[in-house]
Amino acid sequence: MDMPAPSHDVLNRKSRIVDRLKNALSVEHVKSDPVETRAYECDALAAYACQPLCVVLPGSTGEVADVLRICSEERVPVVPRGSGTSLAGGAMPTSDCVVLGVSRMTRVLEVDYECRCIRVEAGRTNLSVTGAVEEDGFFYAPDPSSQLACTIAGNVAMNAGGAHCLKYGVTTNNLLGLTMVTMDGSVVEIGGAHMDASGYDWLGLVCGSEGQLGVVTEATLRILPRPEGAMPMLIGFASPEVAGACVSDIIRAGVLPVAIEYMDRKVIEVVESFSQAGYPDCEALLIVEVEGSPAEIDDQLGIIGDIARRHDPIELREARDADDAARIWLGRKSAFGAMGQLNDYMCLDGTIPVSELPRVLKRIGALSRQYGLDIGNVFHAGDGNMHPLILFNANSPGELETCEVLGAEILKLCVEAGGCLTGEHGVGIEKRDLMHVQFDPADLEAQMNVKDVLDPAWLLNPAKVFPLGATATRRAAA
Amino acid sequence: MLIPADERELAEAVSGAARPLAVRGGGTRPVGHPVDGDDLTVAGLSGITLYEPGALTLIARAGTPLVEIQAALAAEGQMLAFEPMDHRTLLGTSGEPTIGGTVAANASGPRRVRAGACRDFLLGVRFVDGRGKIIKNGGRVMKNVTGYDLVRLMAGSRGTLGILSEVCLKVLPRPESTAVLLLAGLAVDVAVRAMSAALNSPYEVSGAAHVPVGLDGDPVTMIRLEGFEASIAYRAERLTDHLAEFGPVEIERRTEGPESATAGWAWIRDVEAHGGTGEDVWRFSIPPREAPALVESLGDARVVLDWGGGLVWAAVEPGCDARRSISSGHATIIRAEDETRNRLGVFQPEPEPLATFAEGLRRKFDPEGILNPGLMG
Repeated sequence: MDMPAPSHDVLNRKSRIVDRLKNALSVEHVKSDPVETRAYECDALAAYACQPLCVVLPGSTGEVADVLRICSEERVPVVPRGSGTSLAGGAMPTSDCVVLGVSRMTRVLEVDYECRCIRVEAGRTNLSVTGAVEEDGFFYAPDPSSQLACTIAGNVAMNAGGAHCLKYGVTTNNLLGLTMVTMDGSVVEIGGAHMDASGYDWLGLVCGSEGQLGVVTEATLRILPRPEGAMPMLIGFASPEVAGACVSDIIRAGVLPVAIEYMDRKVIEVVESFSQAGYPDCEALLIVEVEGSPAEIDDQLGIIGDIARRHDPIELREARDADDAARIWLGRKSAFGAMGQLNDYMCLDGTIPVSELPRVLKRIGALSRQYGLDIGNVFHAGDGNMHPLILFNANSPGELETCEVLGAEILKLCVEAGGCLTGEHGVGIEKRDLMHVQFDPADLEAQMNVKDVLDPAWLLNPAKVFPLGATATRRAAA
Repeated sequence: MLIPADERELAEAVSGAARPLAVRGGGTRPVGHPVDGDDLTVAGLSGITLYEPGALTLIARAGTPLVEIQAALAAEGQMLAFEPMDHRTLLGTSGEPTIGGTVAANASGPRRVRAGACRDFLLGVRFVDGRGKIIKNGGRVMKNVTGYDLVRLMAGSRGTLGILSEVCLKVLPRPESTAVLLLAGLAVDVAVRAMSAALNSPYEVSGAAHVPVGLDGDPVTMIRLEGFEASIAYRAERLTDHLAEFGPVEIERRTEGPESATAGWAWIRDVEAHGGTGEDVWRFSIPPREAPALVESLGDARVVLDWGGGLVWAAVEPGCDARRSISSGHATIIRAEDETRNRLGVFQPEPEPLATFAEGLRRKFDPEGILNPGLMG
């Protein structure tokens, strides 16, 4: 993975930069000893690591502004970081950068049930946002699988999704306001407890910009009343194609399940031996979850069951109670862990039109055989957000490289099928050099123009999202 | 009037423009500052190019009439869930609203409060920037975080950063059944509390509106439920109990169909109450809890509350500055004389550094100032 050569000028000024930061924050929140900064050398794309110049952990919007002003003056690149759970290398440092972590900023600032929103500091974890309102019957909808650890700041940066987006949308659909600091230290207030923008949609623009436009320090999030109940159904099929067709039929029938999850044989076998969830012996299975009162759940599962039966399912299992439901979800929720026990894996995130599922799954199978690496498929089928897991052995020379080539082939296939490179993980460094597959130079130029406006010196997370070649001139001008 | 027939002609019209262009779709929503330029409409770029009901996606050229899209969706039992507002009654305009104009204005209706705004259903765009370059962003899939989200930037940018040539939208199933709960005689503050109680219930309320002076002269509060028939029957009953403290609830129930247009929601959506009068019309997007204070501050202005109080439409005395009545959110002049619009500004002034950023974006996307210059102030 290419990263820009570090600026020797910045490296030579390390002690001056660290001193200035220590003057702005309390000393213990500026870490420059390699022993202490080691924890920040990578994110969840752990194949790549680099020690940063230093790490700062500001405790307020004001301190974030101070840090950015100093870094701006010193011309030091800044890599914002939430909890470091990015699978795309979004928080991957360079040796000449300051990592700015927001993990100390975790307070709930206001809960407003009348406006159905909560205002939090952006270092708060996703799950603990729901934790702050669940006793009152509310929840925050986006639920990335890392929700125990990942922060709202990171969720906003990557426009995080989750298993329940089919009904509730992703982060951008649940975001009402932000406090953000731009690279020059300006504090920007966007939106609030009201809906939609008067001028340009800054919230929409910032959400998913991968920390390249500003550092998010506070967020106002939409919270929703909890449904009366939820219940899953498990359906096993004889082929991936039939499972794919069933997904399309369910969506078309007018039922809007809260989630439709898919697993193929490879994943089913692995999770079955790992978690004994009692999954059937089949080529593909779906977990379809619906919400409502017990009678409403019965009605909806009845409709879904009727549709599924037209596709000759191998097994069709309705959860009768909370224990059944937990068992159905058990395997799905342990899928990533179970696959990790088997081998190293690379988790892709391409998204395709639901109608293309059968064809793309078949092609992925063929690519897997061609490259000689096993692939398990476990993903959010309702919205076409695939998660092929390519298994490889990191200790076997050349396998990581083969895996990356295979991954790129699969992502190109997703784009060719009318989809995109990444549905919820982000581009980061991982998919940066594939951007030209999906976008023409003019498309990328339009996006980079936005960064020119909000971060003219290209100091915020500069080596991410866009192909390095496309940003070289802009970064060099900085 | 320039009427390009396809995207390439549109790009040529822009790159060849010697002076500014006043861009429009059907011209039914002339909101914003007047633009001095040659008229250009995208109405010539028309037609649905892809519709996959099983994937809940529809792609259409920007000039496609909204009615054509709605008819195609209805034939498959689907709909535009954001319930786009039709401005013709309110603004006294004629012509055919287009999907491009709808997106450019981010026009949403009562269901916004639950389902989301137009911008939430926009999956992808193609547009022509001020130099005549064709640019795409987003795509046709439900989840897409590949690169910056210019899709949402284009929604609501009113043709000032680019001219939409094609849009891709997420669509949803049309509900099988609708029920409306009516509460009579509530004061505004009580009505906002009642709407809040309804929206905070688990029954997935898809509309919450209040009119202090309804068709029969008395206050009426409307709560809408949509879904499968059996579910709606159950939810209407439960919600009636839930709202007992606000007085007797009358339940209107019917199966979704053409007759539902008479249900009052189109009347709310299109703000028909303020159509054809001589007053100025202001649109306020505010935190719902602040609605009672806003209404009080507006004095004897006629108001319509939607989104549980988060959207207030006020008909006020011509020329007066109603923006002073809010402490947060934003106020937009939807209907007024040019003099009033120029004096007070149509849109909420943006605080720094956003105003500078907005100007910076316009310089990047439209360096020569060709696209609706000055429309957004």
